Amino acid sequence: MVAKKGSRGGTVGEDAGEELSRVPLQAILLADSFATLFRPITLERPKVLLPLVNAPMIEYTLAWLESAGVEEVFVFCCAHSKQVIEYLENSNWLNQPNFLVSTIESYNAMSAGDALRLIYEKNVIHGDFVLVTGDTVSNMPLTQALKEHKERKKRDSNAVMTMVIKQSKPSPITHQSRLGTEELFMAIDPETKELLYYEDKADTSKGTLTLDKTMLLDRSSISLHNDKQDCYIDICSPEVLSLFTDNFDYQHLRRHFVKGLLVDDLMGYKIFTHEIHSSYAARVENYRSYDTISKDIIQRWTYPLVPDIQFLQNSLTKLERRGTYRASDVGLSRSAKMGPFTVIGSRTTIGKHSEVSNSVIGEDCVIGSNVSIDGCYIWNKVNIEDGCRLKHAIVCDGVTMKSGAVLEAGVVLSFKVIIGQNFVVPAYSKVSLLQQPVKQDSDEELEYADNSSGNIEITLPNTADVLEEELRTEVSDLQIQAASEVGGAGFIWSVGEKGLEEEWRHSVAPISADRLVEIIKSAADELDISNAESNILPPSGELGLDSGNESDDGRDDLTHFENEVEATFLRAIHENVEEDHIILEVNSLRLSYNLASTDCAGALFYAMMKYAVDTPHGSAGELLKITDGVIGKWEKLLKYYLLSLDEEIEVILKFEEMCLESTKEYANLFSQILHLLYDKDILQEDGILRWESEKEQADESDKVFVKKAEKFLQWLKEASEEED
Amino acid sequence: MPDVHSLVNEFVIKLNKRQIEGSKMTAKLTAELLRSFISQQRLPHSNQAGALIDAVKAVGEKLIAAKPVELAAGNVVRRVLHIIREEDISLTNAAVGGLNLASESDDEDGNDEYDRPVLSASAVAAAARNALRPPSLQTLLEDIPHSAAVPHPSSSGGDSEGKSKSADKNSMTRKLKHNVIEVVNELIQEISTCHEQIAEQAVEHIHHNEVILTLGSSHTVKEFLLAAKEKKRSFRVFVAEGAPRYQGHAFAKELATRGLQTTVITDSAVFAMISRVNMVIVGAHAVMANGGVIAPVGLNMVALAAKRHAVPFAVLAGVYKLCPLYPHNPEVLLNELKSPSELLDFGEFSDCLDFGSGSGSPLIHVVNPAFDYVPPDLVSLFITDTGGHNPSYIYRLIADFYSPDDLVVRRKSAS
Repeated sequence: MVAKKGSRGGTVGEDAGEELSRVPLQAILLADSFATLFRPITLERPKVLLPLVNAPMIEYTLAWLESAGVEEVFVFCCAHSKQVIEYLENSNWLNQPNFLVSTIESYNAMSAGDALRLIYEKNVIHGDFVLVTGDTVSNMPLTQALKEHKERKKRDSNAVMTMVIKQSKPSPITHQSRLGTEELFMAIDPETKELLYYEDKADTSKGTLTLDKTMLLDRSSISLHNDKQDCYIDICSPEVLSLFTDNFDYQHLRRHFVKGLLVDDLMGYKIFTHEIHSSYAARVENYRSYDTISKDIIQRWTYPLVPDIQFLQNSLTKLERRGTYRASDVGLSRSAKMGPFTVIGSRTTIGKHSEVSNSVIGEDCVIGSNVSIDGCYIWNKVNIEDGCRLKHAIVCDGVTMKSGAVLEAGVVLSFKVIIGQNFVVPAYSKVSLLQQPVKQDSDEELEYADNSSGNIEITLPNTADVLEEELRTEVSDLQIQAASEVGGAGFIWSVGEKGLEEEWRHSVAPISADRLVEIIKSAADELDISNAESNILPPSGELGLDSGNESDDGRDDLTHFENEVEATFLRAIHENVEEDHIILEVNSLRLSYNLASTDCAGALFYAMMKYAVDTPHGSAGELLKITDGVIGKWEKLLKYYLLSLDEEIEVILKFEEMCLESTKEYANLFSQILHLLYDKDILQEDGILRWESEKEQADESDKVFVKKAEKFLQWLKEASEEED
Repeated sequence: MPDVHSLVNEFVIKLNKRQIEGSKMTAKLTAELLRSFISQQRLPHSNQAGALIDAVKAVGEKLIAAKPVELAAGNVVRRVLHIIREEDISLTNAAVGGLNLASESDDEDGNDEYDRPVLSASAVAAAARNALRPPSLQTLLEDIPHSAAVPHPSSSGGDSEGKSKSADKNSMTRKLKHNVIEVVNELIQEISTCHEQIAEQAVEHIHHNEVILTLGSSHTVKEFLLAAKEKKRSFRVFVAEGAPRYQGHAFAKELATRGLQTTVITDSAVFAMISRVNMVIVGAHAVMANGGVIAPVGLNMVALAAKRHAVPFAVLAGVYKLCPLYPHNPEVLLNELKSPSELLDFGEFSDCLDFGSGSGSPLIHVVNPAFDYVPPDLVSLFITDTGGHNPSYIYRLIADFYSPDDLVVRRKSAS
């Protein structure tokens, strides 16, 4: 392999003179996703060789590249590189005319960045190239995108990359695309199609997005999309490779490279987008997209890459009514039911009264009778005994399910696992013969850790050998434990706490209705809180939120504060908390809500009155008595906050407000209670009079209570005159 | 040899990937491929015809499997097989005639003992074939070599030419191959010129001030209409647009640029317009043995509308489109479901195709079949390069062009 590569490199070098006239279209195919989303399956087999509707994923990618006119493909293999190379050698790809496939092997590439740096060192790329991963399914023609890219390159040498995008609406509930990826935000210049902003990890809970305003400096408009899907098909100029080499910290194609270029103004490199409409392109990133893309293939969106067209030299498969594909030599029992959108591979037999729907079943499987399979992906040589029930699961090669076993939604059974009789595998669990690595990278963002996967996987059997003797007893213990774990053979992998929470997002199983309701509810709650008082739509942008919104926020805060104070007060009553403690608590609340002490007085008074009116009472007189009692009891507390006239007026205003709105029962007692407060020295004469004079300018409607208190006010005035 | 095999493989892959579209293109390429295949095939000394037939069948099997819905490939393979058989017989007849002049088929068994084994095998084959051959019109007329009843000597001239050329028969090896290649060349010629032959008959069918309706786009139909136009017939054409590919648009444009009065209508307006139409003329993808037609989608509806209003429904088809098979479940088995993206925009519907919620099964299914099956009772007339035929006559026509042994193209060793 190496020799071959070398010789080719040599010939290309000699042809360098002709290069200007015509450069063959080259492609780099990364046969390693540098992620762990497909674990535990990918511990045993590289992702690109996993079957997607009964054909390895890399077949789709290569078939597409070939039909799109790519002439030379470099397959970069890292994890399980031997398996990938062996596969390619056994396939027809290595000896196609007009389509050269060569492999580049690496043992220590940790990321896409490393891979591209290695390829740059090899010096095999001589012109524009297509950069894809080995899990891409597409039928798009490249000619148009290439032409656009070349023309742009001619005009502007900084246009180094064209990214292929496709419209795909994200779910408004879960904020993820149909491929199970996060909602993606892109800002694109509508005229030049230049990509200005790329964010796939936006915080949807906040509902805001911050864009650099310099984007609008030299262009009249930008369009912001959340309904575009990144197809992970990039047409790159050779500069991209050198950029990766220059910036040795670039690891991830999107997170580092694309965002890096967008942020970096110095170099001025630009990325453009090319949107496809009628053709299909998607990448299998996680189990969710595995399911989605499988269904797209079955529904023929990827035509001509569909099961009944043998782009792969597999056995003859025929398309029948209702989207069912059946190989010519399937042994389907007469009473077995084959539901819609089902693919059954050759030599598979299905027993009596079994039902299969929305599923893909591989080759050489034996399925017993009374088995129900819905929405599952069953690979090759799987043995499912009678009475099993499977729902939305992935079952890898060589698995045996003993009779009566049940797979709940979202289960993944890795290679050769045995599930015992009547064992129920709980939802979203992953079962593998291999133990879970101790150092589990809970987050796919940890690239460095992720990419050690290649090494771990390669050395795994060896270390096992070495340690075997020492650990024999232990291992056998584990085996027993494993056996009991699933009633057969295999370990159930535990998922991290966060993992479990997020598992449903990426699983093959559709998101359950309960879960959706839950999400809608929590989203609604969030909205409620923010909308509670303001009755204003959630801010749609950061602009235009000036004064108006702030006051809304202030009112919001005040209500919260009042509620808190009330709660504190009630607790104080029921738990006999000391006054000092209440003061302390109220003060801290005041500070945390950043309010004035006048608000404390108002809030506390409100709480007391509320408590009084909530106490069961009969007539108005009784209520007055209760109020008297309450105020009498907490007199000191209230006085603590009534330091100046302002607070007193605040209390009166609050009281007025209560009489008008929440506790109308007080309306008739207004005058009496005002008197009461005066008697208790809570309200000073001056305060009350000031309130009156303030109210004088107000509307007639506002003066209702002034009139009610007229007698009392008059009495007050007379008294003060007398004193004088 | 590996050269040819790689050629075959390349062709198979192209068919497989749907890079070759259209029955005419397929037929032509298949014939050319078989020609080069035969010319490079090395034949043994004994039972040459048998060996050649086996070899061609092996290739044919691959081609048919690559794209079962493209019946033209299979048709051409069968035609070539038939040519080989015919050539073999004529050579044998000549040889037998040369060796023992008065030999009858009954006596040939007796000849076996002292004749060369090569001869005996082919003689037996000839006898068997003569017995099997149905009394077709062409067999009856075979004795009159250049009669008016055979309009194109190219298609049936194999026998006579073989006979005339069998004068010198020193090396049968080269003779058979040479003759076969010559006739295959004629076949290729026939495929590429059949639309001219069909168009020549246009004036017989299109009359003054008539209204012709067609659907979608067909090269043969275009030539046919233009031929009538050139003969100074004035008529109008309704073109149904032919959703979802809308090839009718381009077709109408082409007719208009050539000076034909053209009206474009939607497919769904066909029934409304059919009462004003004098004749429906359409192309076909394939013609089955029972006279049924595999045609672009939408034609069955047009045929039904034509039947309802008693409008003649004429199908133009080159002989290479005649398929000796009977349709069984043609809506499914002889159909090709294309990508749904021709019907609707994936992006717009992507939220309906989200499998992440609900039961996990999509609520929108899009079915985009490429072909329709028009049953024979809806077809009034087939216009082929050998003249106009009734649907009920198709099976006889097929007997002229194909040998019954080749209906199933499969090597005997395989079965």
